[in-house]
Formats: sequence, structure tokens, C-alpha cells
Amino acid sequence: MLIIKNLHAEVEEKQILKGINLSVNAGEVHAIMGPNGSGKSSLASVLAGRENYHVTEGEVIFKGANLLDMSPENRAREGVFLAFQYPIEIPGVSNINFLKTALSEIRTYKNLPPLDAKEFLQLSREKQKLVEFDARLVNRSLNEGFSGGEKKRNEIFQLAMLEPALSILDETDSGLDIDALRIVSKGVNKLRSEKNAFIIITHYQRLLEYIVPDFVHVLYDGRIVKSGTKELALELEEKGYDWLKEEVHAKEAREKATV
Amino acid sequence: MTKEAGIPLYEELENGFTKILSAPASSRRESNDLRRARQSAFEKFRELGFPSIRNEDWRYTNIARFLKDTFTIDASEAARVNFPTPDATLLEKAAIKSLDCYQVVLVNGSWNGVIQGGELPAGIHLLKVAEASQDPALSSYFERTSEWNGQHFATLNAALFADGLFIRADAGALADKPLHIIHTFTADSNLWVQPRHVWVVNKNAELSVIESVVSSGNARIWINSLTEIIVHPDAKLDHTVIQTAGAGVCLVQHTTVRQKRQSLYNNYTFTLPGSDLVRNDLQAKLEEEHTETHLYGLYLTAGHQLVDNHTLVDHQKPFCLSNELYKGVLLEQSTGVFNGKVYVHKDAQKTNAFQQNNNLVISNKATIDSKPQLEIFADDVKCSHGSTVGQFSEDALFYLRARGIGEEMAKSLLINAFAFDVTEKLKIPAVEAHINELIHFHIPVDNA
Repeated sequence: MLIIKNLHAEVEEKQILKGINLSVNAGEVHAIMGPNGSGKSSLASVLAGRENYHVTEGEVIFKGANLLDMSPENRAREGVFLAFQYPIEIPGVSNINFLKTALSEIRTYKNLPPLDAKEFLQLSREKQKLVEFDARLVNRSLNEGFSGGEKKRNEIFQLAMLEPALSILDETDSGLDIDALRIVSKGVNKLRSEKNAFIIITHYQRLLEYIVPDFVHVLYDGRIVKSGTKELALELEEKGYDWLKEEVHAKEAREKATV
Repeated sequence: MTKEAGIPLYEELENGFTKILSAPASSRRESNDLRRARQSAFEKFRELGFPSIRNEDWRYTNIARFLKDTFTIDASEAARVNFPTPDATLLEKAAIKSLDCYQVVLVNGSWNGVIQGGELPAGIHLLKVAEASQDPALSSYFERTSEWNGQHFATLNAALFADGLFIRADAGALADKPLHIIHTFTADSNLWVQPRHVWVVNKNAELSVIESVVSSGNARIWINSLTEIIVHPDAKLDHTVIQTAGAGVCLVQHTTVRQKRQSLYNNYTFTLPGSDLVRNDLQAKLEEEHTETHLYGLYLTAGHQLVDNHTLVDHQKPFCLSNELYKGVLLEQSTGVFNGKVYVHKDAQKTNAFQQNNNLVISNKATIDSKPQLEIFADDVKCSHGSTVGQFSEDALFYLRARGIGEEMAKSLLINAFAFDVTEKLKIPAVEAHINELIHFHIPVDNA
């Protein structure tokens, strides 16, 4: 579904991704972990098409097409969804109208007929229930005055509504208490299927107790320095990131020496 | 005299004035006091001339380019004799869907006496200003010219006004539905009109007035309109103004509201793309204690439009509350001006006065000049003001686009969201829907 090859990117002329390689297939859940500043959120931003990130090298193929050539809205319409680390508050745009607009734009793009008011309402109710999203929040202004947990749950509600092929969860667990974390994870688990894939960006192993990944990758200094299964996450939880950093630096030193 | 060279208009105004004064007393039947008032106002105008950017109140609004043409002064005299049929497409444009209201139509400032929407409730009276100004019981409203001291256009109007709408709500009168006044302006050749309106809302009366301004024709039309409103003790007036006149129109709208004890006045002013120039001077004079005033404004400007909102809230007495929110969306090469003055007199202790002006500048060729101006001479007051000028939030735009919403649609949603703070203040859903439709017309959103 997603193939990232040798991806280099910079922001404000600072090199931030230095050669990422990653393949994600339908039905898989990949966790990306790593210390602060390693480039985890930058990778999410580059995939979603944030404009201040510039790709300097490499390519990203999504469902056979060049993702990097697409506008942010077309990436979303093709099925890439970024659950924001810090969802934006937009007073005056109601949550439900926002979703109605988004869904209708996506359906138009896919040459699907628009949902009528009744169908939309039904879909919205069904998904609210699925991800345990408070009905009172649905008609409020988008994220305005929502608590941190409510904002993150709204991201998952949007994910449920838009049914993307690839969901990227950018530190969705940050700022969540244990109950909110459980609800968010439950929602994601219900949405997992053979047809879709998830990239879960997280700092801690905690979220991965609830959403069990197929693969765990460690990002450090703009590169994936280690990949493994869910046991790797446990190892990181136990030992921290320092041993990995040392391993990387030792390897770099060896390479330099041989040159 | 501060006449600038090359403005033929001055001569035309002189001729117009001579014509008005030379009309035999029997045909105009105006009192000698009113004739003297006109005379004195015109002399004042001769001293003042038209404002230039050297006048502090016109510093950001240069009207010189709009004064170059020649105009026929005040054809409403003729219009009153041969009342033209209002343009049907204009009425359609101004109509507010599913609004249950009384409706009157003015053509170039004159009313033909027809009221649609049924008979007015007891105690609500409409009169033509041409008649009211000749009525000895009412003419005093038109004779006080000191009111307009130093204000160029109001002074000119006081000298040359011909007609308009006089509204009187008797003590305790309640209107069961709003009064919609449609001001249509239409001309085949350049026209200068000076409507004058006086509205008196007596003790305990309640009234809601909606004004729409529309225009047609290829000629240039200058509208120098003056409205005086008196809201007596415990009375309430909701006043909505929807300015949608077209290209070629220069509209100067001066509104003075005099509020008496415990009265409530709400103003909602909407200016949309169209007219070349709009200058609103909205002045609320809080002449007695315990009054409440809300001023809400939204200006959406486009093309080469110049839209200037000057407001004054004049706190003369203690215990009054005023609250003001003006928002601007500036498109293309348009220019907006906001000048909000709050004056708190020494006597006006326990004043609460709040003011906010926010602007969204969409195009890099659009301009906004925003000037909050607080002058406070009392020491026990709560006053605040704020002014912001911003562009689209890149984060908000990206958030919407990341959900599949196209860039144009995302921008439309954000503009509508920005305007929402003002439109949500409207109390009548049909009027709110009408305004939203007007906004959507200029900034289309399919399904918001």
C-alpha cells in the first residue's frame, strides 16, 4: 500500500529526514517509536503534505501512485489520514458540517454520489457509537473548547467517518489519561481490517499494549535504525533509547574508520 | 472657503441650494425656522467644503476621486411628483426570504406611501419627511443644525435634504413584526441624493427595523443620507442595515442615535461588495443613565471598493453599557477602514464599554486601517478595546485540507467561520439566513 524509499526532507533548510525506507501493506499496523526530535512527527507531516516540509530526495508510492506529487486534499481523498498531534480549533465551523463537507469532497473525487441528509446522519450516529464519541460534541464548533482527550477522540471519530486506507496516528496517546487511551485504542481496534493499515507514531510503549502492532520501527536522527516486532517496543520500554543511540554512533564510527 | 479647484460639484450644490430656498414659501410650506436652519447649514458647509485626507476623520478615506464628476442635485423633488415604479429586480434582490414583515419601498429617498404586509399596529406611524418637515408639530426635528457641527456630509444634508422616512412609535407601542425598508436608488444620469430620516421610538415602545440599500442603472449615484434616531426611556430598537448597492454608487450614511434612560439600541451593519465607496458614521449618544448599546458590524469588501466604518459611542452619563464588535474580510484590491471611538465623559462613572475589531485580509493587495480610539475622562469605568489584522491560519487551512477539503472550499469555510461571530448575533433567523446567503454569493460554500 505504502512504499517509502530513501526519503530525505528538510524544514527551514534543516535536514530532518535522512533516508527513510519503509513498506506498509494492507492489514498491517506499524509502530514508529523514537526519542524526541528524531523525526517521527516530521515523517507524518511529510506524508500528509504539510507545505513547509520539502522533500529533497527519495520517493513515496501510495497505492501505486506518487504521493509526493499530490496536494494535501488529494492525499486525503486517496485515503491518507493524519490524526493530528495537536488538532486545530476552528470556531464557527461546526464539527458536523466540517465532516459533511469533507465526506462530500472525498465522494465527489471518487465519483460517488453524495450521501443524502438521512444517510449522513445515520453514518454519523453509527460511527459515534463505534468510537464512543459524545453526541454533544458533534454539533459544537470544531474542537473549540474541547479538552485534550476530546480533541484526540474527535480525530478518531473523523477517522471512522472518512474510512481511510492508511491512517497515521501522530502521538495520539500524548496527553491522554488511561480511560481516554483505552477508548481511543478500542476505537482504532474496531476500525482495523484487512483492507486498511495504520502507522502509529508514539513515544511510549503504553499505547502499544492496547493497539498491538505487527512491526515496530525505531527512528533516530532522521533514519529508521532498528525494526522488529512488538517485543522491540517492550525492550525499548525497559532499556530506553540510549543503548540504541550508542549502537548507532558506534556503527557510524566503524564506518568512518573503514573509509 | 475650502473649495478645491476642479470640483464642479460645488457650483451645482450652490445652484441646488438656491433652487430650494427660492421656491416660493407657499409651495414648500416650510417654516421660517427651517428655512433659516437650511441657510445656516449651507453657510457652514460653504466653510467646511468636502472633507479631504487632511481632516483627521477622513485621513484614511480619500474621496477626491469620487467628487470629480458632475451630478444633478436632488432629483427627488421631481421623483416625488412622478413617483417612479421601483425596479422589480431590485426589490427581488433586497427581499428577505420567508421574513414576515411590514415593507416599504423608497425610490431615491422618497416613499410612495404604500405599506405592504398589512396594516401597521396601533401607535406605529410612518410619514414622508417632505410632509413631516412641514408639520409644525414635527418640524423642530429638522431645525437643529448645531447637532451636525463640523460634520461635512451631515451639514450638507441638513441644508439640502428633500425627503425620507419619518417613523414614530407612540409610547408603549409594540410592533408585532419588523419593518423592512428597501432603499432603492436608480438613475439614468449622474445623481446626487440626500435622504433624511427621523425615527422616534417613544417610552416603552419596541421596534425592529431592517434597512436594505440596493441600486441600479449605469449612472453614478452619490447618496448622502442622514438618519436621526431617538430612543426614549425604556424603549427598544433593533436596527439592521444591509448595504448591497452596486458599482457606481457612493454611499455616505450618517446615523445618530440619541438614547434616553434605560433604553436599548442594537445595530447590525452589513456591507457587501458592490458600491465604490461606503462611509458609515454611526454615533450613539448615551444622553441618560442605564442605557444599553450593541453595535455589530461585518464588512466584506472586494474589487476596488473603499469601505469605512466610523463609530462613536458617546458615554455622557453613568451606568451605561456599550459593546461593539466589527469584523472585516478584505478581498482583492479593496480597502477597509475602521475607526471606533469611545468617549467617556467625566460624569459617566460606572461605564462599561467594550470594543473589538478583527480583520481577515485575504488578498495581498487589500488594505485595512484599523483605529480604536478611547478617550476616558471618568475614573471608575471598565473599558476595553482590541484590534487584530490577520491572514488565514495556515494550520487551520492545512487541517481542513488534510481531511480532503479543497483549498478554495477550506478558505470559504474559514471566512464563514470568521463572519459567524457577527451573523450569529442577529435575532431573526430569516435575516441571518439572508446575510449568510449574501456572504455565500461572494464566497461560495456549497453545503455549509
